[in-house]
Amino acid sequence: MWKVLERLLFRVTVSPTSRLAERKSFYSTLMATFNLKINGKLQKVEVDPTTPMLWVLRDHLDLQGTKYGCGIAQCGACTVHLDGIAVRSCQLPVSAVGKQAVTTIEGLSAHGDHPVQKAWIEHDVAQCGYCQAGQIMSAASLLKMNPRPSDADIDAAMSGNICRCGTYTRIKAAIRSAANR
Amino acid sequence: MDIEKTSYNRRSFLKVSVLSGGGMLLGFSLVAQSKPAGLKVQAALSGEGAELTSFIRITPQGQIAILSPNPEFGQNVKTAMPMIVAEELDVDWKTVVVEQAPFNTRLYGRQFTGGSQGIRQYWKSLRTAGASARQMLMEAAAQAWKVPVGEITTEAGVLHHKTSGKTAGYGAMATEAAKLPVPKEVKLKAVDTFKILSTPRQNVDGMSIVTGKPLFSLDYRQPGMLIAMMVHPPGFGQKLKSFDATAVRKMPGIRDVFSIKIFQEDYAQEIFDTRTFNELVVIVGRSTWEVMQAKKKLPVQWEPIADTVEKQNAFGQMRDKIVPAGLETTDAHYAGMKEREAQPAKELRRDGDPETAFRQAAKVLERTYTAPFLAHNSMEPLNCFAHVTAEKAFLACGIQAPEFTERAIAARLGMPIEKIDIQLTRMGGGFGRKAYGHYMVEAALISQKMKAPVKLIYSREDDMTYGIYRPMYRMTFRAAFDAAGNLTAFHVRGGGIPESPLGGSENNFPAGAIDHYLADEWTFPSNITVGAFRAPRSNFIAVAQQAFLDEVAETMGKDPIGFRLELLERAKTKPVGKNNTYEADRYAGVLKLVRDKSGWGQSSPANLHRGVAVYFCHNSYAAHVVDLSMKEGQPVVEKVTSAVDCGIVVNPEAAGNMVEGAVVDGIGNALFGNLTVKGGKPQQSNFDNYRMIRHNEAPKVIEVHFVKNEIDPTGLGEPPFPPVIAALANALYKATGKRLYSQPFQPALDKRNTGQPVQG
Repeated sequence: MWKVLERLLFRVTVSPTSRLAERKSFYSTLMATFNLKINGKLQKVEVDPTTPMLWVLRDHLDLQGTKYGCGIAQCGACTVHLDGIAVRSCQLPVSAVGKQAVTTIEGLSAHGDHPVQKAWIEHDVAQCGYCQAGQIMSAASLLKMNPRPSDADIDAAMSGNICRCGTYTRIKAAIRSAANR
Repeated sequence: MDIEKTSYNRRSFLKVSVLSGGGMLLGFSLVAQSKPAGLKVQAALSGEGAELTSFIRITPQGQIAILSPNPEFGQNVKTAMPMIVAEELDVDWKTVVVEQAPFNTRLYGRQFTGGSQGIRQYWKSLRTAGASARQMLMEAAAQAWKVPVGEITTEAGVLHHKTSGKTAGYGAMATEAAKLPVPKEVKLKAVDTFKILSTPRQNVDGMSIVTGKPLFSLDYRQPGMLIAMMVHPPGFGQKLKSFDATAVRKMPGIRDVFSIKIFQEDYAQEIFDTRTFNELVVIVGRSTWEVMQAKKKLPVQWEPIADTVEKQNAFGQMRDKIVPAGLETTDAHYAGMKEREAQPAKELRRDGDPETAFRQAAKVLERTYTAPFLAHNSMEPLNCFAHVTAEKAFLACGIQAPEFTERAIAARLGMPIEKIDIQLTRMGGGFGRKAYGHYMVEAALISQKMKAPVKLIYSREDDMTYGIYRPMYRMTFRAAFDAAGNLTAFHVRGGGIPESPLGGSENNFPAGAIDHYLADEWTFPSNITVGAFRAPRSNFIAVAQQAFLDEVAETMGKDPIGFRLELLERAKTKPVGKNNTYEADRYAGVLKLVRDKSGWGQSSPANLHRGVAVYFCHNSYAAHVVDLSMKEGQPVVEKVTSAVDCGIVVNPEAAGNMVEGAVVDGIGNALFGNLTVKGGKPQQSNFDNYRMIRHNEAPKVIEVHFVKNEIDPTGLGEPPFPPVIAALANALYKATGKRLYSQPFQPALDKRNTGQPVQG
């Protein structure tokens, strides 16, 4: 209550244009409750509706597998599935999720035995490993939509995921293996 | 078979003790001999701490744990180092549990990740530790069975006495073995009897990585943890003037806003301490998103810095470093380097009479190469967890140089070093950047102020614009030829902003292969902070030198590989000068291997363009042949063939991966890597304007070959990186008919495609 009063008092002292901006930012920071379907489980979170799913997962649900890399959908480290389709969670506000099912790397398989995960192990893909959850989520989504991708299909689906260690050739080999399973 | 002494300099190197509840614990210290008296290694190995600080742990139930001393950032030491121990211990690799060792320099050495030194520095110690434990287990079995120890054999974690048919697992003998003295000498295995080493083994953390386990410091959490972010000056040459936290303090979730000084004014910075932006504004709150919003809205005023003197302590040598004032610009940097190069330089090496040879030359070839600042762009942005209380400072963090950073934290917090406790987490890349632990000092200061556990997170923009870049470089090479077209003299002049690439490499090839040789260097001061970046200095020298030698070979009408082999033959049979740092035979060895494996010299399709390069750095030799085609004016790397001599290959699976990665990373940085500044401000801040190599731009095939020998292993993280850039440059010349002298290469390729003249 005091916070609201404080804000109202503050608003009186500012010019009309910035007052509008202040009001806008005030509304955008209102908390709201969301019932989210994450990895097959219903989860309730109370957050600012503009919060990207990346930070809802990491800060509010303690799912640390989804990584922060750039915050502007340029690197793919934060890739999750929304109803099975790969999306960049850093650009997905929690308010846009609705009833759609969110799958993170932790929920891709029960025992780390999704064909893509198995292929990643088999090809010993990872170096530092930081980008690999995002790479795996992109690859799993690709194979779901296109079970026999060509090399060009793989390039098209995977080029939004950056790996500075340079594991691209192994990733491609692993996707080919997973596709043949 | 090698015999290794297990103790030196009076103090024992290996320490053994009985685990509480039985079993064996073998710890070792790499630095016991260099620490002042009074620090007791034994103390750390007794009591409850023993299990934590042990190196090999064998329980009575037979569980074997091996701890890996060095921080892991993708170079796969966490698999490789325990493999070395397991080989000599003679255990079944599948049953070994690998753990990251805690940070403790008394027990585990410097625990430094960098310079491709991990395996090289620890090779003998790790083998000796494994062999000693095995020897003690055998002696325990001999005593229990009352048979001569010479009749005991081991296999995959089981002791055998063949004549009597007695067998026992290691666990059964571990408690008794731990009561025996550590053997004074142990026999190490012959290389040709290795069962684990030199066989492909998968990453011990592979499953944790593919299932998204919290391995990185960004994933580290504690109850009540707050999130902190910082605001730094938008450009170099600026510092904090003032900030107004009034509005931001009222934003939801924000707990505090304040400024911190990373180092006090009179602090003498050690080699990995940096003072890029010494005063930062910090915002602390309950969640990352809330803090990010507040960070955007915080009004901060900046002002220019004056010329500043920094005290530096380089391994005990005190000196003053002058940081110049000014808002710098990339165009001025390139112009300044050109101007500076024409002035006198500091001589590093001289053979024969180069001036006379150049004066008398029938022909001189002179070429200049440049390269920009590069940002490291590790996929995990800098971050650190810290919880500082009056009693101790606990930090969980990815750090390449923990020993140095621990000292900096202790000095800044005013706490004794014993109270600083660092948990080493896996690093999401480092490439040299995470040797500079300022972010740990920052996190510690924030936690101390907040009296709470805090995680400091850099945004990608912070990570990219905070500096510690690969320096800018410029090198000019001159080659003199006599009337018959023979190469008679060679001059290399190198410099950079603010460091020269050349010092330390002046005795590397082609020094030693040319009668008249001169190497000299210069520097150009700047307030932009630089540091180690994958294969420091070599990452430019190799490119410039190997591109130049390609052009020299062409001028002489010789095959690029044949010409280099001629020079190496000269360096071997009749070396010029002293202190040549390379072995000409091993240098030539990788060239011959890459020649044979790539089918060099054989006819290839007309649309395939090939380039070769070779380099020796960080104690290993690497050569690459790049095959590329042009598609719509853009290079498509069809295949890279790599040959590497790093001695014994510890883990061929990971070693192959490391070379493949270096090839991709090298090509990416060569084509696109570019950090420019204007008015002191970095012009790139995220992956939308700093281009990184992506899947569709990676080579289609990378074929890696290792020279087989029994030389003690050397590093692999860096050596394959520099020469691939030169091999790419040489292949691009074949494809386009134009030599490229300035990195990154992509802008020139784009200009060519749009009909604009190509620079350089």
